[in-house]
Amino acid sequence: MTTEQPLAFRVRHVSCERGDNLVLDDVSLDVKLGQILALVGPNGAGKSTLLSTMSGDLRPTAGAVELNGSAIENYSAKQLARERAVLLQANTVSFAFSVQDVVHMGRTPWMKTSDEETDARLCEQAMRDADVEHLAHRSFQALSGGEKARSSLARVLAQDTPIVLLDEPTASLDLRHQEDVMVVARRLADAGRAVVVVLHDLSLAAAWADEVVILAEGRLVHHGPPQDVITAQTVRSVYGIDVHVLTDPSGRLVVVPERA
Amino acid sequence: MPSGHTKLTQRRMIVLVVALLLTFAGAIASAMAGQLPASWTEVIGTVLHSAGFNTGWRPNDELIEQTLLQIRFPRVAMSLLVGAALAIAGAVMQSIFGNPLAEPGVVGVSSGAALGAALAIAIGMTTFGGWSIAVMAFLGGFLSTVLVYATARSQGRTEVVTLLLTGIAINAFAGAGLALMMFSGGAAAREQIVFWQLGSINGSRWSEVFIVLVLTVPAMVWVSLMARQYDVLALGERSAAHLGLNVERLRVISIVLVALLTAAGVAFVGIIAFVGLVVPHVIRMLLGPGHRWLLPLSALMGALLLVWADLFARTILDGSDLPIGMLTSLIGGPFFFYLVRSARSRAGGWA
Repeated sequence: MTTEQPLAFRVRHVSCERGDNLVLDDVSLDVKLGQILALVGPNGAGKSTLLSTMSGDLRPTAGAVELNGSAIENYSAKQLARERAVLLQANTVSFAFSVQDVVHMGRTPWMKTSDEETDARLCEQAMRDADVEHLAHRSFQALSGGEKARSSLARVLAQDTPIVLLDEPTASLDLRHQEDVMVVARRLADAGRAVVVVLHDLSLAAAWADEVVILAEGRLVHHGPPQDVITAQTVRSVYGIDVHVLTDPSGRLVVVPERA
Repeated sequence: MPSGHTKLTQRRMIVLVVALLLTFAGAIASAMAGQLPASWTEVIGTVLHSAGFNTGWRPNDELIEQTLLQIRFPRVAMSLLVGAALAIAGAVMQSIFGNPLAEPGVVGVSSGAALGAALAIAIGMTTFGGWSIAVMAFLGGFLSTVLVYATARSQGRTEVVTLLLTGIAINAFAGAGLALMMFSGGAAAREQIVFWQLGSINGSRWSEVFIVLVLTVPAMVWVSLMARQYDVLALGERSAAHLGLNVERLRVISIVLVALLTAAGVAFVGIIAFVGLVVPHVIRMLLGPGHRWLLPLSALMGALLLVWADLFARTILDGSDLPIGMLTSLIGGPFFFYLVRSARSRAGGWA
């Protein structure tokens, strides 16, 4: 199999069982560097589970995940931390650490190889990108849900890895910050990094992703560029709802439910 | 912000210097007080003399010098060591439980250790010579830490309510075990076990101080060296692991060290609760949650607290030596109550 872009992940026939449930069922896909891949699908479709297998948290019951061409289980925790950063859905911090402290924790994997100046520069950049500079000295625990999500995103960006995995980074964000996050994701991809992002908003996925993967009941049902994958038909078959897929003035797709 | 940064550095220095001075003053005051009062010059003179420097401050009265060397100094040293060990153990425990209410006394590690120690006393165990009680206390403390840890945690965090309930269960069990030991043991063993439950630094000997020193100082240094890892662990275990932290290893090492730090104290002075709760809390309020300062300063402030508490315990009532464990619980109990209340209102901590 040859592709023009180097691969970040090669996922082959991955299945995951939880109890008696097959949460992922024979999923295969490639994740290319320099692209945004959006994972979409109804609740419980296995998006987060797929992301967990790519982050190395979860070992699939069957199949294999390769990171940069070698099996992901061969990486140590430290090596993985230098390859991929992960933003989880829920982010909590146990004690009253400031946002700045939390973002600086993102530099942990580079402690022995990086200098203070680089750390400070990357953390500042990350906080600017996630728009949390003004929260730097606030306690993370005292923030609103959206502010927590953005601060955690800043931590992930500060980790400065070639691969970035984001599990619903836009879930608790207002309209502007949703766009901001995707702009940052776009910039990362344009700089040659791989971004895998779980999204619920199909319009957001259609507007920003290079490739979209639709999961349903643990299976990969569609995979391709947004205009091929996000159609009224696929959305109806996967989500069971009729939608209009429109084109906005910039030529991007917009998905809205058909309303009586 | 550079200004905020220097302010914090300044505050750290102030806290450090004040704590050092107060600890020093407390140690001297504690050595001075007793049936045979000594002056501060005599105390310092005796210390200097033992270190090989002869000064005019060395006591003229042989009896005073012997009292200081044989009775007061080991007692002061023990209170400093045990206070430091308990406070830092509390801070570590809070970090691995992700919960500011975790404390060796509250969750039952201390009573587990006391049960182990009581068992050693009741059956007159001498398998490990002078270390027998310490070894059994460690085993008891270790088992209860593992038990609490295994039952009370879910997804890297501990809910307040589960933690407390687990503590109740372990404390109840250990209490019954202690009662059984008292019931079945001889009169001498019974008296010794009662002393454990109350906690007292009275009668500490150099040989015991030495054991506690050997056990706690390396453990305290070790946990302090892992400070950065404890910081990252505050993100929750999954995110910490994503940052390359070997969470499992950190946990196992920490549990062993917490058990060691707690048991070393409990084996010789009995149960002294709440030190590990109050001290780290105060330091977080003063200096923030970063473990690079929290851990060493917890040790220092724990030493400070216990040396003064011990002085207080044996001077507040004329001619009687109050059990220090009773005293710390008297103060720590209400404080704990306050913490529970604030945890509940802050984070909906009962969930």
